[in-house]
Amino acid sequence: MNTLLVLPVIVPIGAAAFIWLFNSRPRIQHALVLLTVAATLAVACLILRQTAAGDVHSTQIGHWPAPYGITFIVDGFSTLMLLISTLIGGMAALFSIGDTADRRHAGYFPLFFILLGGVNGAFLTGDLFNLYVWFEVLLMASFVLMALGGQRTQIEGAVKYVMLNLAGSTLLLAGIGIIYGLTGTLNMADLAAKLAGVSNAGRVNAAAMLLLAAFCIKSAIFPFFFWLPASYHTPPPAVAALFAGLLTKVGIYALVRMFTLVFVADTAATFKLLRILAGLTMVSGVLGALIQKDMRRLFAFLIVSEIGFVLMGIGFRTERALTGTIFFLMHMAVVKSTLFLMTGVIEHWKGTVRLDRLGSLFEDHPAFGYLFLGPVFALAGLPPLSGFWGKYVLVQAGLIEKYYLLVGVALAVSLTTLWVVARIWMEAFWRPACAPKRRADAPLGLLRIGPIVVLAAVTFLLGLWAEPFHAQALQAAGQLLHPSAYMQAVLGGP
Amino acid sequence: MPSLILSYVCGHLVPLLLAVSVIFFWSGHNQPGGGFIGGLLAAEAVLMIVIAQGVDAARRRMPLQPGTLVAVGFLTAAAAGLPGLILGEPFFSGQWTELTLPLLGAKIPLGTPLLFDTGVYLLVIGATLSIAFTFGEK
Repeated sequence: MNTLLVLPVIVPIGAAAFIWLFNSRPRIQHALVLLTVAATLAVACLILRQTAAGDVHSTQIGHWPAPYGITFIVDGFSTLMLLISTLIGGMAALFSIGDTADRRHAGYFPLFFILLGGVNGAFLTGDLFNLYVWFEVLLMASFVLMALGGQRTQIEGAVKYVMLNLAGSTLLLAGIGIIYGLTGTLNMADLAAKLAGVSNAGRVNAAAMLLLAAFCIKSAIFPFFFWLPASYHTPPPAVAALFAGLLTKVGIYALVRMFTLVFVADTAATFKLLRILAGLTMVSGVLGALIQKDMRRLFAFLIVSEIGFVLMGIGFRTERALTGTIFFLMHMAVVKSTLFLMTGVIEHWKGTVRLDRLGSLFEDHPAFGYLFLGPVFALAGLPPLSGFWGKYVLVQAGLIEKYYLLVGVALAVSLTTLWVVARIWMEAFWRPACAPKRRADAPLGLLRIGPIVVLAAVTFLLGLWAEPFHAQALQAAGQLLHPSAYMQAVLGGP
Repeated sequence: MPSLILSYVCGHLVPLLLAVSVIFFWSGHNQPGGGFIGGLLAAEAVLMIVIAQGVDAARRRMPLQPGTLVAVGFLTAAAAGLPGLILGEPFFSGQWTELTLPLLGAKIPLGTPLLFDTGVYLLVIGATLSIAFTFGEK
């Protein structure tokens, strides 16, 4: 088990170094990429097999015992996130092999896998400072990925992205500093035990708010969401899909972890704040999406809106609500990546992703149209697709806890999302073409269609066969709310 | 314009800088120094050549190009984690052995942290020079 726990980080980052060594030999590079994708997926599945029954496993890097060294730990929640990140990362990597525009630079695939390793590291670590380090790893890798290609819009988007995220990192570091000053430890499980004994509640809350602000920036929560729509439409589709599927989820993951494990003492005010932010995030995301003409910008705003739903579940803070949150996170990561990859295909065919210039996609490519239906209506939460079950559980949890106003807002936002999504369908797929047909210059190829089909299939699977996923999410939520197994795995025993 | 004085000094300073860098690297385990600082100094030696004779000359005199050094350095550092894993301990658990020098009889402790530091050394040289060469060529 020790070995398995470090592999989700070591395999992609080690592969990145090997791929970089062969940067003048694209064929070998591509073979290595395929190998890495298969290996990371296999590792994630093996980890799932270990934790599916509800066990929590940990390893102490370098054999340094828990409060001093760095702990890597997997519980149900980390496992599900790992599974999703390796799936999305793998599919986006395959898509990039098929898309010639994506790999203009030899550094592309190495950075891609460093980013994936960074994301996995953040999901695995049990140490607050190490979490900060993984945030930096993925921030730097994503910054370069976004700027590769060097077009004006790309640099503009990348600068906005990196400035805000650096500000977020600074806040995170400040918060970590205060926590270390109060307790003398940064191991999350150890913190959970020690913060309970800290008498200075004001300072603990100050640190909690600094961390909350940092994670809000990283996961594009109101009022810090504007960097996301400003930057996500600029990189090539595979990179945008990777970002859309993974980056904001890391912020949410950290938020969930910190506010279920560490900051559990003074909860009433914090969770009220989370619920208010959730409502505002949902509304501002979907309002932004209403007026967008560019399909990628539109989806970027819808990411913000969906982050609000996830945050709502955290704010309710019941087992059912957290189950909904985890399920919804899985759903939105897969759906968003699929949709961003699909915009790549649309751009390939039509030369644009602007809704006012698109048209007759359904007539030209009916099979693609049917494929597009799944994820895009899952996004709106239409039953029986994956988005429906996530929202259903969240709304149910809200009604049980009597948060009628927020649930009402969530339902209104859902309805508006449906309207936005229907507009995409009407304008891009059903309307007769308004621009002259653009000749497709190259066939699409299996490597671009394959990943989209796989991800769309996962969306359908999450919707039609939701029960096992829901059961895993429920178990993970239980572990989050009763962290004794987690603390036992870190602090007690080797 | 190549400067005669600089070129001449460079010929003497480069070996010296490299030697100092290795000493810094070696002293790093328990004293100030280590792979990072040693790597910076070694990169500085190459930068002397860049300033005196240009990027192309520096590239020709390097057995491995900066980009390759980054990858090799990274893999070396990562490899330092593996012995622990193979012996059934957590990743990056330190493993030590002693090397007895023939003739002198002195014992030198060798361990995976040294291997890790070697990786850092190579990586720092590679990364610093990639940046410097990019600027030097523009």
